[in-house]
Order: sequence, then C-alpha cells, then structure tokens
Amino acid sequence: MSVAAIDQRPDLAAIASRITPDSRVLDIGCGDGVLMMALRKKGCDVRGIEIDGTCVERCVSQGLSVVQGDADSDLGDYPDKGFDYAVLSQTLQTASRPDRMLDELLRVGTRAFVSFPNFAHWRTRAALMFGGRMPVTRSIPVSWYETQNIHHVTVHDFRELAREKGATIVRDWYFAGKRPVSRAGANMRAEFAVFELSR
Amino acid sequence: MNAHSQTLTLPGSLPLDGGGELTRVELAFETYGELNADRSNAILLCHALTGDQYVASPHPITGKPGWWERMVGPGKPIDTDRFHIICANVIGSCMGSTGPASEASDGRPYAMRFPVITIRDMVRAHIGLLDMLDIETLHAVVGGSMGGMQALSLAANWPDRARRVLVIASTSRHSAQNIAFHELGRQAIMADPRWQDGSYYGGDGPDNGLAVARMAAHITYLSEEALTGKFGRNLQDREAKSFGFDADFQVESYLRYQGSGFTRRFDANSYLYITRAMDYFDLAEEHGGKLADAFAGTDARFCLVSFDSDWLYPTSESRHVVHALNAAGAAVSFVELSAPHGHDSFLLDVPALDRVIGGFLG
Repeated sequence: MSVAAIDQRPDLAAIASRITPDSRVLDIGCGDGVLMMALRKKGCDVRGIEIDGTCVERCVSQGLSVVQGDADSDLGDYPDKGFDYAVLSQTLQTASRPDRMLDELLRVGTRAFVSFPNFAHWRTRAALMFGGRMPVTRSIPVSWYETQNIHHVTVHDFRELAREKGATIVRDWYFAGKRPVSRAGANMRAEFAVFELSR
Repeated sequence: MNAHSQTLTLPGSLPLDGGGELTRVELAFETYGELNADRSNAILLCHALTGDQYVASPHPITGKPGWWERMVGPGKPIDTDRFHIICANVIGSCMGSTGPASEASDGRPYAMRFPVITIRDMVRAHIGLLDMLDIETLHAVVGGSMGGMQALSLAANWPDRARRVLVIASTSRHSAQNIAFHELGRQAIMADPRWQDGSYYGGDGPDNGLAVARMAAHITYLSEEALTGKFGRNLQDREAKSFGFDADFQVESYLRYQGSGFTRRFDANSYLYITRAMDYFDLAEEHGGKLADAFAGTDARFCLVSFDSDWLYPTSESRHVVHALNAAGAAVSFVELSAPHGHDSFLLDVPALDRVIGGFLG
C-alpha cells in the first residue's frame, strides 16, 4: 500500500489530519488499512474491524491489528471509552441499524468520525428524477441489487440523526470527488460528507 | 538448515496444577537460527498433541521431514535468518522430555504413576527452559492446535514473557465434542489387553488400541470435503468389494496406515496424559470464570487464525478468544482463512497463512 493511498481518499485524509499523535483509535470497516497505516506513522495505537477476509489478511500481513468481524454485532465487545477516536468510514450506510451503530461509536470512542456517500447529491437526484432508476454514480457505484448500501443517507438526514442522538457535531467536511465543498449547499453539492462528533 | 538438538534438566522441581511436583524434569528441544546479542529474537514454537520438537529437521524415527518445514527456515515466514526458533517436546510426551515412559526415581518407568498434567504445567516447564537459556522476553510464542493452547496459557500466566502471541486453529477450552473424541481414543488404548494398566514397557505395547485412537483422531483433523476429495468411495487395489472386512475402501486403508505408522513413533501412555491435559484446558476457569480477566493488562500483541473447514476447533472458538481480548483492550488481530483441509490446514499449503504469519511476526 503506497503512502500516497490516503491522498486518494479525502475523507480519510481529513480524519487523519484531525487525530492527534499517540491516540488510541478504532477503525471500523478499515478496508485495506489505508487510514490505519497513516495513523500508525503518527504513533497512534490503531485497531481495525473489517468484514472482508482478504482485506484483513492484507492488513495483518502489514503488521496492523485487525479483527475480521461484523461491525453490526462485534462492537459490543469493546469497553466503554476504550478509544480516543472511533472511525466509521463509508460503512454507516451498510449497517443494519445505523442509529444504533452511531450510539456504539460514541460509547467506545471519546470522539467519533463518520463518513458516508451523500444520497442527496445532485447527480443522484438527477439519476432518480430524470432516469427514473436507482442511481449508479461515481460515489454510489454499485447497482441496487448488489450494493451493500442498505441505508442510504443524506447530509441533512445525518445532521438530524446526530441531533436526535444528542451528539455534537464538532466539525464537518464535504467533498465532490477530491475537491472540498463548502457547508452551504452541501446537501446538494457534496458527494461525500465527513462528521466529527462528540457526546 | 542447521538444527541444534539439546536436552536440559530443569533445576529443582516443577510444581503441578494437580498438586504435587515432578523432579528431574528433562526437556528435549531443537533450535534453529542464531540468538542475537540482546537475546530478543527468540520465538517459542509450541507443538500439537502428537507433534514434537522436530519442526524443521528430519524425524529421528520416521525419517520424515519436520512437521512445519514449509513454515520454518531461511527466508520462510518464520525466518531462521532473523529469528532464533526454540521448540521443546512437551512434558508428558515421548520424544526425549520427561513423560510416562521416563524413569521414575526407582529406576523403573513411571507408566501410570506419572502425574496427570495440564497445559499450564507444560508451559511452566517451557518457562523453566527459557530461564535456563537466559531468554527473558520472547519475540513471539507461536502454536497451532494444542500449541495454540500453550501460547494462550503462556500469555495469560506469564504475560511479560512474550511480546507477540500467535494462536492458530485453537481454542481457550475443550468442548464436550473435543473431550468425547479424546475419551474414545483413550478407551481404545485402555481396552487393548496389551495396555496392562499402563505397565507395558519392555514388552509389546497396546499398538492396536493406539492405532484405533489415532484413526479416530485423524478423522477429526480432516474436513468431509478433504476426505471425499482424497478418497471418495474409491476401492483400494481391487476391482470389486470383497464382501468381507478387509480394507476395501481407500479411506479405510489410509486410516489403517496412519494408525499403524503412529504406533511406531508414539507412546500410548503419553497419548492418555496429553489428551487429558487438553481436556482439562479451560483458560477462563483458571481465571475466575471470565476469559477477559485471563488477559487483563496484557501488553502483548495477539493474532488468532482459524480455518473455515476446521470443525474440531471451529472459527467460533477463535472468536470467543478475540472477544475476550477486545474486552481486555488487547491489541488483537483475527482472520478466518479459507482452506479445504479441515483442522490440519495449519500444517498444509495455505499461502494466506504464510502471509499472515510473516506479517504478524514482523
């Protein structure tokens, strides 16, 4: 995995930039371990959870501590506030109960980061409105019948969920491709959103 | 590769979990690769039930290659160019370490006078050996199956002695099914008239019983898919069924061969004692009933690996340990690898296992 890999993921780069060195971090849905590698360089004690065995094997063979498991069921094993940060990147929309997962994130981590593809991006809206079909776009690349995204969410929806859960949005970032997008109009213009939360 | 064979006698006596102690405990072990100047590159490999210290050197009785030759050697995942590998025959076994076939203080074999030992007793002896070798902290302790139990026991009871703990196809406790298969093996040995309450040394041993025990155990080490793929319903050296009780089927012939081959290299009483030690193994029970407490405060890094076709120590057993390690806040990795061979996958050609082991050992 190249050092540059994290540059291809602006959501992860934003998260990495906010995590202070030497922190304890749980990366839920850590994939190939791109964020974990970047955080390890900052001296962080990083643990990962990943459902895909091939990804886990790749992480472990690079010396990362990753457990093959399902975030839906396995987060309960982790102690309260066992981590300074809990990171959930591009995974919330695959959870069976995103609301409960957000609770779990804020239980195991003092701070939480959540990133997800924004279903209210104009391209998605256009695909549905004019195409009349479930969108297959740059940020949502898999057809409805094989996607793991079972709970599509928008920027507005997530803000509302955070409010209901009593979580404070400490910071937020929005991206179209790799380009940052301002908060104003983000629900229309952002393909991806990243939130930093505390409770 | 340069293997170095040695036998050392532990000083003093070895206290045992069952009460009592063993004196004049001998440990036979092999080493591979050089110990570095600050004695920090040692890896303790723990062998399985019927394994021994001949990890990567020919077996002195069978002449067969070492049991983990594919994993241990120069440039291999457990790299003898970088690490000093130690593998000791467990106490209770029969390849040079003190066991039921060894002489007791009266000059006669212990036989059934040998005390019932536990996995922790085996590890206590390993720790005694590390003390003698002046190795304070291991780079890693590594084991599959019963070797994995020893690795877990070492991590739980001597947490400062290993920086990494690698547990493959193993468990933190023996299940009812595990105990049941072992009891079948033990009863086969004890039902053999040549067993003679264990006092068969100097004459013919209970080879028939031991062979049956091995045959039953061997079935548990393989997946149904592996047995079907290897043998199916193929007949052995014949065109038609014999309508008798010869080994008509290839699978029968194979098991008989495995059984009889085993009796040439293994002591029946050792089989009784070691299977008992495994049945008694319950790491949570040793630590007040809560597995997470066994690992409280550990600084070691753990890696657990299971195989999807292993029904002897299935993935759920590894997950059980992983959950406890997470609850204890330990640094743990876990992966279930896909391999068709069943429990024996950890000994066979599974390239993903090589990558995981190499990466974890760093």
